[in-house]
Amino acid sequence: MTSPVGAIDGPPAKPALTSRWDSPALRRFRRHRLAVFGAVTILVLTLACIVGPFLLPFTDTFIDIRQRFAPPLSGAHVLGTDQLGRDMLARLLMAGRISLAVGFAAMAISMVIGVCVGLVAGYYGGAIGAVLMRFVDAMLCFPSIFLLLAVSAFIHPGVETIILLIAFTAWMEVARIVEAQIKALRERDFAVAAEALGASDARVMIRELLPNAIAPIVVAATLNVAHAILAESYISFLGYGIQPPTPSWGNMLDNAQGYLTSAPWLAMLPGAMITLAVTSFNFIGDGLRDALDPRTDAR
Amino acid sequence: MTATPALVPAMAPVTRSAASMAEDVVLDVEDLSVSFVSPQGIVPAAREVSFEVRRGETLAMVGESGSGKSVTSLAILRLTPPAPQCRIEGRVRLRAGDRRVHDLLALPEARMRELRGSAAAMVFQEPMTSLNPVHKIGDQIAEAVRFHSALSKRGALDRAAELLDLVGIPDVRRRMSSYPHQLSGGMRQRVMIAIALSCEPVLLIADEPTTALDVTIQAQILELLHDLQQRTQMALLFITHNLGVVAEIADRVIVMYAGRVVEEAAVLPLFKRPLMPYTQGLLRSVPRLDLAGRRCDELAAIPGNVPDPLALPPGCSFAPRCAHRVPELCDARVPLLEGAGAEHFVRCARWASLAEGAPP
Amino acid sequence: MKQPEALLEVRDLHKWFPLRRRLLSRAREVVKAVDGVSFDVRRGEVLSLVGESGSGKSTVGRSVLRLTVPTAGTIRFAGTDITHFSRRQMRPFRQRMQLVFQDPYASLNPRMTVEGILAAPLEIHGRAASRSDRRDKIEEALRLVGLLPQHAARYPHEFSGGQRQRIGIARALMTGPELLIADEPVSALDVSIQAQVVNLLVELKRRLGLTILFVAHDLAVVGHISDRIAVMYLGRLVELAETRELFGNPRHPYTEALLSAAPIPDPTFKRERIVLAGDIPSPVNPPSGCSFRTRCPYALPACGEARPPLREVAPGHFKACIRDDLRLRAPG
Ligand SMILES: Nc1ncnc2c1ncn2[C@@H]1O[C@H](COP(=O)(O)OP(=O)(O)OP(=O)(O)O)[C@@H](O)[C@H]1O
Ligand SMILES: Nc1ncnc2c1ncn2[C@@H]1O[C@H](COP(=O)(O)OP(=O)(O)OP(=O)(O)O)[C@@H](O)[C@H]1O
Ligand code: SF4
Ligand code: SF4
Ligand SMILES: [Mg+2]
Ligand SMILES: [Mg+2]
Repeated sequence: MTSPVGAIDGPPAKPALTSRWDSPALRRFRRHRLAVFGAVTILVLTLACIVGPFLLPFTDTFIDIRQRFAPPLSGAHVLGTDQLGRDMLARLLMAGRISLAVGFAAMAISMVIGVCVGLVAGYYGGAIGAVLMRFVDAMLCFPSIFLLLAVSAFIHPGVETIILLIAFTAWMEVARIVEAQIKALRERDFAVAAEALGASDARVMIRELLPNAIAPIVVAATLNVAHAILAESYISFLGYGIQPPTPSWGNMLDNAQGYLTSAPWLAMLPGAMITLAVTSFNFIGDGLRDALDPRTDAR
Repeated sequence: MTATPALVPAMAPVTRSAASMAEDVVLDVEDLSVSFVSPQGIVPAAREVSFEVRRGETLAMVGESGSGKSVTSLAILRLTPPAPQCRIEGRVRLRAGDRRVHDLLALPEARMRELRGSAAAMVFQEPMTSLNPVHKIGDQIAEAVRFHSALSKRGALDRAAELLDLVGIPDVRRRMSSYPHQLSGGMRQRVMIAIALSCEPVLLIADEPTTALDVTIQAQILELLHDLQQRTQMALLFITHNLGVVAEIADRVIVMYAGRVVEEAAVLPLFKRPLMPYTQGLLRSVPRLDLAGRRCDELAAIPGNVPDPLALPPGCSFAPRCAHRVPELCDARVPLLEGAGAEHFVRCARWASLAEGAPP
Repeated sequence: MKQPEALLEVRDLHKWFPLRRRLLSRAREVVKAVDGVSFDVRRGEVLSLVGESGSGKSTVGRSVLRLTVPTAGTIRFAGTDITHFSRRQMRPFRQRMQLVFQDPYASLNPRMTVEGILAAPLEIHGRAASRSDRRDKIEEALRLVGLLPQHAARYPHEFSGGQRQRIGIARALMTGPELLIADEPVSALDVSIQAQVVNLLVELKRRLGLTILFVAHDLAVVGHISDRIAVMYLGRLVELAETRELFGNPRHPYTEALLSAAPIPDPTFKRERIVLAGDIPSPVNPPSGCSFRTRCPYALPACGEARPPLREVAPGHFKACIRDDLRLRAPG
């Protein structure tokens, strides 16, 4: 006979929220072919950008004057060279370091800002929430690409400034998502329970509420990296971003403008990298959205 | 000795003829099984459920959350999710108003849709989810009326007013032009009942129609259903988990546990002489209002939990919680639903020996 | 004080929620969720608040815990007036009064293990001296509510409703409270599990000397667990008496109707039912005078004139009704 306690054999009758690392979420993610493809691509790309330059026979700044405009697969330079005879593969990988770093760093900063603003606005609500969210709305109304261009035209930016600029134009969406989540979670009984225990505001926000909003935050973060990479490409392409000789995928494109017909690979290669990275992050974001939402299991 | 020999196939109790339906039987359910395909495996939500409901009779179906009550009632009207996700087996026969018998699980969908509403109707626990929030309730009822009859728009609206009056909504003319959210829970449930009754069904299935309501409102709705039944002689399949409500409204009762019928009896014998240990435990575990204040300190709780539908015990589903379990008898195979007296059926390997030992 | 000392004294408690102002309307409307409620909870007793949905039971509970700020009235806990205490001032009192919720699914943080959930009260109030002390305390609490120490590492979704409710009770007991406010702790549970949790609460009360304010709408459960019962209607108390007295000799027409409406699991039990007409009025515009008069079968014109005060009609038996000539029926 069982004791009144009983073994844990009750059915999880209501849809159970899965814990973060358990297998159903992973299983759902794996079912999402494109997301897996995206994740693998990003992993390979990141690794290649980090270790690749050490393995190549050329550095990205080495000028092979006799081998200018070498097309891809035509000799020592696997992906060809540019107008100065610099190895394209080495440049793409070095540029990848910069572009990916800008993407990740801008994402991190924008997440921190967005999460903080959303958390405070959602938790306190009332006047504080209203003021913060109206500010967010105002920022969202502003066409961010113009803002980026205008500011970068004034200050000739380095990598750090570019990161900050992109981050400052990308946190609003996150703030909105977090605010909506926290506002809903705040009314849940477990948040009230924490309050009844005398927990401080910070504790309720960070320990109780935030972990429950993690799924949409993670999704937003992936999409944010894609956005940041794209934004960096825009402004560098227009010549206001990362300044040569430091390579980035955006300024490589900019540089290729003059040789579109004579050496199309100069534009196609960085363009392909940007597309690959951005779509991969978007796929991952889609995959995560499904994977972290237990309801999609019903399908 | 009333026990059926073990050779008789499961779920073919003696009194029930599988061939033809008795004249007064409105709904006959035979070996109805419903299972869902989920990523974790196949969930057998209802297993070999058999019962019948007669004209003018109230059959109460009781059981705890997840015992398969809703699934059974939805499957009768073929309202469960579509095929690959959900499998239905068995036979369900309904005698419509014109005395014709329909085999519901074999009907084409269009024919089924006609019968739903006209011959058999359903009322759910949460009326708000079944009412359209953007239409006036008068229009919603009228639309239901017109779906099954040739009445004009005017005529349907008049009928809607009649129905609202029938279910006891005061100030009908004004209420006709209210929206669902402007009504209280009890009023909404009355509207749902009005819609269900719009085509004078021979069978009304009510899935926990009072669970979301207050006791004083619950009393009103129970009274209403009782009156309506007296008047129209419809058969009522009433689903609930509240034994008090069962005692109040039912003529006969089936008790469900883990997807199976574990006991069936008329209401008096079920409460006075329950045979299945689960039913006995359930009846002992509810505090009684009329005995309150004279309280003994402890309620006789049933230990443990309802089993996981994905990991059901091999034998009697109640075995892990049963105080009378004898492993050789109870765990070997699923006990049969045996006849134990007039219209009393019980699914317990030991009911006979337990009944002898216990005072009546 | 002559009776056993009152742990909680609630006097003339009001809680009005402002409604969103309608366009073009002059006055700001309010929901009078609690509209002048007074009662004591004595040390060691179980006092139940019963009433229909929307009668303000939960709002009383939340006001007592100071999870919302009362509009008016006073709340004294162990002799201290906590009505206007700040968060900081409330902190020491939070350990002494705790809450158990209705919904066992919403009341536990789905992202925390049981250990994390039970450790939170210890961390917040610095009640665990060391890691091992913390573990001991959590184990003890789990045992107390009938769970096993190895359950600490699991997440709430791995438990059934009844087991989650036990976890919720364990959390409430971590700080060693004197007063437990249980807001419909068994309403969401299955019949066979309800009895387990009711038994647990009764036993905890006896073993730990807890005082419990039990909020519920199921009269049978309330009758089983309470020493005294207070009946609420539209934000006001209409009757308050000891359990046996209230069930055996109800003095307020609403109590009579509630008792008569409660289904009794016995088909041989026949009685004449009082079915109240109509719905509960809106707490925005409660009827004048006695708020029950729109549904009361015994209403007189005089009932609309003034609000009947809650007065003592027999020792320890209070009611808010002007008619003393009624002979009301009791079940059983
Ligand atoms: N659409 C579905 N997909 C998968 N499983 C389902 C589905 N609907 C119901 N189930 C499962 O079928 C079983 C029976 O559910 P059902 O809704 O019939 O229970 P019930 O007796 O009505 O309970 P309650 O008292 O909670 O309404 C449960 O284990 C449930 O999880
Ligand atoms: N935060 C709030 N804002 C506005 N109105 C509220 C709020 N909380 C409660 N109310 C209203 O106050 C009244 C009393 O609510 P309360 O939750 O206290 O009732 P209750 O007796 O606990 O009911 P139930 O049995 O449904 O839990 C209701 O009319 C409710 O709509
Ligand atoms: S078959 Fe056995 S385990 Fe099942 S109810 Fe009967 S005695 Fe109990
Ligand atoms: S005061 Fe009047 S209306 Fe109110 S309960 Fe008493 S008799 Fe009824
Ligand atoms: Mg159901
Ligand atoms: Mg409540």
